[in-house]
Amino acid sequence: MQIARVIGTVVSTVKNESLEGRKILLVQTLDADLKEKGKPMVALDSVGAGVGELVFWCRGKEASFPFRRDETPTDCTIVGIIDSDSHVFNSGK
Amino acid sequence: MLIARVIGNVVATQKNQRYEGSRVMLCRQITPEGEDMDYTCLALDAVDSGEGDIVVIAQEGWSASTAATGRPGAAIDSAIVGVVDYIDLLAKEK
Repeated sequence: MQIARVIGTVVSTVKNESLEGRKILLVQTLDADLKEKGKPMVALDSVGAGVGELVFWCRGKEASFPFRRDETPTDCTIVGIIDSDSHVFNSGK
Repeated sequence: MLIARVIGNVVATQKNQRYEGSRVMLCRQITPEGEDMDYTCLALDAVDSGEGDIVVIAQEGWSASTAATGRPGAAIDSAIVGVVDYIDLLAKEK
């Protein structure tokens, strides 16, 4: 799992049936110091996250487990919303 | 699996229900010699680890989910499955 910031919403009308009603968000992964790491990517939302929020995502097959797991095509899903930037406790800072 | 140091944790009130009751730890991968590497990740704590501990992290879904929640099928891709007491390393040849 990695920390990320939601930086946008992806709107798609024609998509896989299992993705209907699902929110598709653009996220920028962050490192432990909340600095940007890598390129933005697309993640499915399972917890009601919104733009600007600090979240964490889960990758791989497990990403489809919050949904109908055998049908939902996703390899990255937001599984938690971090309460605020100050709720990341990093002793290295 | 990888070796990492627990450097903190994150607090999330709104999260997947299978995460309830678990702690989400912030970890930084280290070399066997104990030096920090660039890679950091979040992992569910399955062994009651704490900040500063050297740990073993499993990054595979079935194992991580079973270790952290007792059964498979949760949206969890990393779990702390052991606290390292020490690492015996073969001396490097010069």
